[in-house]
Amino acid sequence: MNLNIITGIIFLILAPLIGGLIAGADRIVTARMQGRVGPPLLQPFYDVSKLFEKETMVVTTTQYVYVVAYIVFIAFTGALFFSGGDILLVVFALTLAHVFLIMGAYASRSPYSVIGAERELIMLMAFEPAIILCAAGMYLVSKSFFVRDIISYNGAIILLIPGLFFAFLYVFTMKLRKSPFDISTSHHAHQELIKGLTTDFSGSVLGITEIAHWYETVFLLGFIYLFFAFNPVIGIIALIVIYLLEIYIDNVSARVRWSFALKSAWIITAVLGIVNIGILFFRWW
Amino acid sequence: MTYLARSPWVIHYDASSCNGCDIEVLACLTPLYDIERFGIINTGNPKHADVFLVTGSINEQNKEVIKNIYNQIPEPKVVVAIGICATSGGVFRECYNVMGGIDTMIPVDVYVPGCAARPEMIIDGVVKALGILEEKWAKMEAGKK
Repeated sequence: MNLNIITGIIFLILAPLIGGLIAGADRIVTARMQGRVGPPLLQPFYDVSKLFEKETMVVTTTQYVYVVAYIVFIAFTGALFFSGGDILLVVFALTLAHVFLIMGAYASRSPYSVIGAERELIMLMAFEPAIILCAAGMYLVSKSFFVRDIISYNGAIILLIPGLFFAFLYVFTMKLRKSPFDISTSHHAHQELIKGLTTDFSGSVLGITEIAHWYETVFLLGFIYLFFAFNPVIGIIALIVIYLLEIYIDNVSARVRWSFALKSAWIITAVLGIVNIGILFFRWW
Repeated sequence: MTYLARSPWVIHYDASSCNGCDIEVLACLTPLYDIERFGIINTGNPKHADVFLVTGSINEQNKEVIKNIYNQIPEPKVVVAIGICATSGGVFRECYNVMGGIDTMIPVDVYVPGCAARPEMIIDGVVKALGILEEKWAKMEAGKK
């Protein structure tokens, strides 16, 4: 394995900074859409720095272990991805990271936390098929599961697997924790049940969860970039457009029930994904 | 250096208030006042909160609730009593079921009188509380060393 270790290390250092800036910009754009001024750009960094200054009330010590495992595996996922590793391993590491987050929420006896954990599990089930099919589609196109081969494939991957791209875009909203799929935890609606997952996280534990979320955002944007890797300029523009679209959807849509989220994600993935992979498999060119 | 004052997250509890002060508290979140400019978020979770806003007076029904919320907020924390009922019991202080202001149950750092307290007053009160929050944090750090 000749992984490009350097880019992996760069990811580990820069991803929290970029992720935090994206979160800050997100909050400003959201505020402007709602006719408000909004917080400063660096607000997410202030929030996390503050959380590390607070007393950490750990309900059960295992919770801390799980949350640390969550950030370690999220960072591992991203580092492996950006160093050009095996995309299947990346997907499985991402799942494992989320399993640790769910275990962390289950570790507490608070009913809100448990409901949040259950919902996060459902979101994971909704998300998994799409990302695995995307990995399979990228393999069929580039004949390799390695990110470094996929990214150097000369041809527009997006034009060969547009169905998978839209399926991924649909579940991307879940991973960004945005409406209409912000049912396990959300950046808004702090008083509601949907804040469930993080109910019993406080102080540095909550801060770690937030940093892990930044890592994940950057990793997922990197994953979307793979579809546009043939031209970096188009790739970056596509990422900005997609993220703005996500913010817009977040602000205009109401939250759906978990059953709708799960069913619709599976149906869209099944229809778009399988049709797309079928066409790709039996292609004549 | 502390970031507490840059990102104070509040939790709001309505202790037998008439809803007047509560509406004024929520008015602070509207585009007109937009307290998120200062990084203030209204959390519904004491474990995430730094500032405890209480409206209304203490009675037999809610004294345990207030104590419970207060104990669940991680240190450092400040309490802001909003409205005249929360500061002293107001016109209800003679009632058979009212024990008085919030300070009869938990230590209060800032009093914001008024019936109802205006959003400007509430924001001013929270900003005063931030100074106290920083002092408490400094004491906490000194205690660690």
